[in-house]
Formats: sequence, C-alpha cells, structure tokens
Amino acid sequence: MKKYGKQIIGCVAAAAVYAAVMILVNGGFLSRQMMSLIIPVCMNIILAVSLCMVVGFLGELSLGHAAFMSIGAYSGALILKSGLPTVAALPLAVLVGGVCAALLGLLVGIPVLRLRGDYLAITTLGFGEIIKSVFNAATPVTGGAGGLKKIPPVTTYRNFTFVYILMLLVILLVSNLVKSRHGRAICAIRDNYIAAEAIGIKVSFFKTMAFVIAAFMAGMAGVVYAGNIGILKPVNFDYNTSIEILVMVVLGGMGNITGSIIAAFLLTVLPEMLRGLSNYRMLVYAIALIAMMLFNNSPLKRMLVEKHNMRQAGKIE
Amino acid sequence: MALLEVKNLGISFGGLRAVDGLNMTIEEGSLVGLIGPNGAGKTTVFNLLTGVYRPTDGIIRLDGTDLVGKNPSQICQAGIARTFQNIRLFSDMTVADNVKAALHNQISYSLAGSLLHTPHYRKKEKEIDGRAMEILRVFELDQFAGYKAANLPYGKQRKLEIARALATNPRLLLLDEPAAGMNPNETAELMETIKFLRKEFQVTILLIEHDMKLVAGICEELTVLNFGEVLCQGKTADVLKDPQVITAYLGE
Ligand SMILES: Nc1ncnc2c1ncn2[C@@H]1O[C@H](COP(=O)(O)OP(=O)(O)OP(=O)(O)O)[C@@H](O)[C@H]1O
Ligand SMILES: [Mg+2]
Repeated sequence: MKKYGKQIIGCVAAAAVYAAVMILVNGGFLSRQMMSLIIPVCMNIILAVSLCMVVGFLGELSLGHAAFMSIGAYSGALILKSGLPTVAALPLAVLVGGVCAALLGLLVGIPVLRLRGDYLAITTLGFGEIIKSVFNAATPVTGGAGGLKKIPPVTTYRNFTFVYILMLLVILLVSNLVKSRHGRAICAIRDNYIAAEAIGIKVSFFKTMAFVIAAFMAGMAGVVYAGNIGILKPVNFDYNTSIEILVMVVLGGMGNITGSIIAAFLLTVLPEMLRGLSNYRMLVYAIALIAMMLFNNSPLKRMLVEKHNMRQAGKIE
Repeated sequence: MALLEVKNLGISFGGLRAVDGLNMTIEEGSLVGLIGPNGAGKTTVFNLLTGVYRPTDGIIRLDGTDLVGKNPSQICQAGIARTFQNIRLFSDMTVADNVKAALHNQISYSLAGSLLHTPHYRKKEKEIDGRAMEILRVFELDQFAGYKAANLPYGKQRKLEIARALATNPRLLLLDEPAAGMNPNETAELMETIKFLRKEFQVTILLIEHDMKLVAGICEELTVLNFGEVLCQGKTADVLKDPQVITAYLGE
C-alpha cells in the first residue's frame, strides 16, 4: 500500500487541479486574461519538463528547445489546416508534430552529442537560428515572416481536457523514465561519462535517446501553441524563447521535475499578474527570480532533499 | 588458456612512449599486482585494457577474444571492470543508484517498461534493488544506501567504486590504487575485503598499488613497470628481492 503512496498523491493532485480549473472556467470566476493563460501554462510545463530531462538529468545544455517546438508547431498547424474534423486532426497533428521534432532531434543529436563540453549549447543555438531562417524563407508553405495564418483554434481553454491530459502524460513519462535503468544511465552520464562508459553504458546512445524524447515532447507542445495562438511567426521561436524555457528548468532546480512544473507555472502567470504594477513589474519579476534561486541553493532545500533520499533508501529493503 | 593475454602492447602520446612492449598473462582466479614509480605508465595500461585509449601496437585478448578497437562499454560487457585512481563516482546520485546503474546490462528491461512502469519493470527493479543491496552489504555500505555518493567519507567512496565495478559482474577487475589516501587501519580492512570478494565473486584481479604492505600481503604475482617498460615480472617474493626493482622503485 505504502509503495503506491506517491502515485496516489499524484493522481489526487492531478484530479484536484483539473476540477479546480473546470470550476473556475465554467463558473466564470476567471478574467479573460487569466483564461487565456490556462493553455500556455500547460504548454510551458510540457516544454520545461522535457527540457529538464536534457539539462537536468542528462546534463547537456540545449539552447534549441524553441526550434523543436517550432517544427512541431508548423508541421502540426499544416495538419490542423487540412480540413480534417478536429477529433481526428488534433491528435494526428500532435503526433506528427512530435515525430517531426524527434526526427530533427535525431539528425542534430547524432553528430553533436558525440562531442563533449559546450558544443551542444552552441550547435543547438545555431540550429535554432537556421530553422528560423528556413521557416522565414519557405514562404509558400509557412507564410514566411508574415506568418502562417488561420490555424483553427483547437487548443483554447475550451479544449483544456485534451491539453491537460497531454501535459500529464509528459510529466508521467519523464518522471517514470528517471526512475528506471534508462534514467539511471542518463544521470550516470551527467555525473561522470567516463565512469558511465566503464560500467557498460552506451553513452552516445543514451544521450541521443534523451535528446530525441525531449524533442518529441517539445514538438507536441508546439502543436498546442499553434492551436492556441492561431498564427505562427518564425520570430516567436527565437533563442529568447529557448532561454525562457531554460530559465524555468534552472529555477526549478535543475533535474527537479516538480520544481520545473512550479517554475513554469509561476513564470507564465507572474508576468501577467504583475501587469498592474506597471513600472515595478520587471523589478518584482527579477526579485522573484532571485528569491527562487536563493531557495534552490539554501541549506533548507538541501536538508529536504537529503531527508527525501533517506526515506527512499529505507524503502529499498 | 589464460584469462588475459597482452602481447607487445604499446602506446605513444606524441613523442612520449608511455607504454612499450608490454607482455602479460593473467590466469583465471589469480591476483596480480602492477607496480612502479610515478609516471611509469600503470594507469595508462588500465586505460589501454579498458578501451579508453587505443593502443598504437599490440594485442589484448580476454579469454581468447580480441579487445583492441572496442570501446569502454563494449569492453565492460566483455568482462573487464575497473576503478579509477582519482575516484569517479556518480556523485549526485545515491550510493544505491551508483550500484544500480552498474547493473544496467545485468538486469535489463525495455524502454517501454521504463516509460510506463509495467509489471515487468516492477519485477526487474525489485531484482535490481535486491542485488544492489546484496553487493552493498559485502562492503558494509548498505546503511549508507540513501546517501548522496559525494557525501560519503573518502574511504567509503573507494569501496563504493569497487562495489560498482563488481556489479557489472566482471571476470577481470582492475583496481587503480585502491588504498590511496587510506590510513593503515582502512588499508588492512581493504585487504580483507579484496581477499573476500575474490572468493565470493570469483573474480580475477589486477591491481595498481604503491602501498607495498598491501602488495606483498595479497598479490601472488607482480609486474614492475619503469618508464613504460617492464622491469621485472614474476612471483611476488622473487620480484621484491630483485636488485633492479629495489634500485628503481623500492629504494635501499
Ligand atoms: N592522455 C595522455 N596524454 C599525454 N600523456 C599522457 C596521457 N596519459 C598519460 N600520459 C603520460 O604517460 C605517462 C604515464 O602516465 P600514467 O598515468 O600511466 O602513470 P602511472 O604509472 O599511473 O603513475 P602514478 O603512479 O603517478 O599514477 C606519464 O608521463 C603521463 O604524463
Ligand atoms: Mg596512475
């Protein structure tokens, strides 16, 4: 019974959040502005949790997450615009968006992940800019800088259930993966790739695997974005977007899934909440960032983590 | 047939001949020492045996299979495990996870199992937990299972590295200065552990060590390296009496 304690807490929390959002939306308790944030929150959680796997668990700095998102967004948008009924088009778009992003992840990952150090950061940064230029240039398909317009609004708050399930799925898959032999291999590579090789872990394979799975998830988030915003412009996917996602992961405490979720929520909602403060907005935002950073490095946090680990070890017997 | 056969092994770094013309055979079940002054090329031999470096010439055979050109993870799967002179643990992972990571190829299941936590995954993970604790118990590390590896005291980190190497179920275990930084008590304890695990895991051991008490106490045979070349090879007692070894390494 105790063994499933965590899963039960997770399920209850997921159901409670779902019920709360449904009540708030249907009861008319939310302003228009807040309603418009519901889907972006879910989308950013998907992006942050997936990037958390690469940056936090694999320990590789990827600055191209927005690029994978954009590939998912454009390929998914083309399917959404194809005229298929939404029930078929939306799942298909999400799947295709994910697969296209994953394929590009594979293409970029295979050569680059063999390199060590900061090469990945620089290459993914360059890759992101290249993708942006391609979308800008391929006007007949993507609408170029003017944007890909009239995407059916299939992932607005009215379709919250679908997006929410997608988000839960991503969280579940990533947290499951971490607690498995594949996850241990990925973390071992992060901590010491020479030792990881020496205990028989195929380093390049597992790096690529984590990278491709994360790209797949970012691609799915891209489709959610497309169906939410209705128009896609290449500028929306520049490195600023990648950095924003990275900030969520870093604030979440690198390799902490719950942290990434909370940070993604706060960093999506906070800027909107602070709008009323006008001039003080950036100041408060910056202070909030610093406060979260301080908490991450505090002895209090370390103590909590140690306690958690001890409890986990107690269960092994 | 010998478990490990090394013939005319050599490697150059630019102009430096770090290892030259090394011949060595290790019989199954034996405990062999590799000694020599600082910079003699001992660690380099380990790096050659485990595929970290590719030899410029020579042959390495484990139980008849050629290992040259294989990468470290393939060589581990072929049956050679090692520890490192400057400890390389997975420092942000728990003590238990360090060993469980090394069971990666021993107790296996699919990626789908990992993502979905299927019943098969649960069964295998239970096996992994059990095996990891079994190994940790041998090294009296079981009560530290939940500690972050980086938080272990130095002597225990060395032990954990050996535990992790053994988890890969090697036929040949390479220990690079296992007693470095240990006090005499810890070293004595380590000697007992090495003797014990040799029987318990039926593993052949090649170890590098500067602590001559440990070397004389447990090694049956020795190879002495000096400037990358073999100075002397044979039964421990004979090697330690060899005048050349005494001048080049042991002193007086
Ligand atoms: N990757 C490398 N590139 C260049 N030179 C190297 C490399 N690895 C080792 N060497 C050189 O090879 C020689 C042997 O080094 P090695 O580390 O094998 O010595 P060792 O016998 O293990 O010494 P110690 O007892 O100090 O650990 C040294 O001169 C070292 O500088
Ligand atoms: Mg050495």
